Amino acid sequence: MIGARILTAGLIFSLCLGFRDFFESNPVSHVLIQLPLLAWCGALLAQPAINLEAEWNRGGVVALLIALFGITFWMLPRSIDAALFSPAMEVAKFISLPLCVGAPLAIGWARAHPLLRGFLKAQAVSMLGVMAFLYTHAPVRICNAYLVDDQLRLGYAFLFTAIAVVVLWVAPLFVGSREFHQMRSRSVEAG
Amino acid sequence: MKALLAALAVALAGPAFLWKATDGFQALTAEDARRVAAMRDRPMVPDIRLRAMSGEVIGLPSADRKVTMVEFIYTTCPTICQSAGTDLARVRDGLVEKGLGDEVRILSISFDPETDGPHQLSAYGESHGADGRIWTITRPDVDALPRLLRAFGVVVIPDRFGGYQHNAALHVVDPQGRLSAILDTDDITGALGAAKRASQ
Repeated sequence: MIGARILTAGLIFSLCLGFRDFFESNPVSHVLIQLPLLAWCGALLAQPAINLEAEWNRGGVVALLIALFGITFWMLPRSIDAALFSPAMEVAKFISLPLCVGAPLAIGWARAHPLLRGFLKAQAVSMLGVMAFLYTHAPVRICNAYLVDDQLRLGYAFLFTAIAVVVLWVAPLFVGSREFHQMRSRSVEAG
Repeated sequence: MKALLAALAVALAGPAFLWKATDGFQALTAEDARRVAAMRDRPMVPDIRLRAMSGEVIGLPSADRKVTMVEFIYTTCPTICQSAGTDLARVRDGLVEKGLGDEVRILSISFDPETDGPHQLSAYGESHGADGRIWTITRPDVDALPRLLRAFGVVVIPDRFGGYQHNAALHVVDPQGRLSAILDTDDITGALGAAKRASQ
């Protein structure tokens, strides 16, 4: 199982690296596909560490905070430009997204209180909305490496992502989540 | 307790890191970053020969110790360079008004020297009222171009319609050859102020 995870993470990582030029040729696939894929590698690799009890990470707060700052840094347009113009920043991107975003997010999330999770989900949606607004309404070019039309496309892509995430998170409330169904069938058996 | 201390440490280190990464939250974009860096570091610009529209060869740090205001253009540009050209004419008029006409020169430098020959440069100069006295239109050697653009932090990318998009701005180089300010081309007051500061 662990082997499969490492293999998947390795595969995704090599995909991000091998098709670097393709992903980075426009901001939509750079920011909304390559960066999340890299973070996902970290999340996959962190799975074995998820159930480790650690006093310093009670409630997952510390891990989530690390991930939050990591995400904030990679949300800066300046970081995106820097990754394209400076090889050192590009290396930092490939290392920091798995280690400082994906892994801590997975470790923190597993431990987070449902209330905190709900709060973070709401934050994520509103942040995606803010980014959508910013990139569709900015009067100036935000990234020197990308065209203005691509900037607009990125804005719409943020909007679609926000909508998709809302649907993904809200739909279970209407049809019932998997956990809910499991719980109910268990209680039916017991009753 | 351990968890609280760890959270506190991250909560302090995180913003400190972001503060550092954004020059004190002043520069969230690469464009702002290069403007902040120019004001703070005043980096030397490379010593480069330019061919002016008159045919004359001129140096980028000015030989006669003038302040140089630099903008980058390509003459076939249908949009930004045209409005920037109008802005530069206003800067030039402002310089004359303030009596800075002898201390400051303006160079429009083409980043497309393969297309922009002497004829194109002259035509561009003529259509924007650059007569070569305070303001002239120039082009670098093709080999020197990458070094020039890198030193100024100018990024030129093809726009899929045969033209280019670039971070258009007005760059102020002081008489010692240091890049000391980068401004929006329509910030006429700011440009005149920066020229005056650089000339002192």
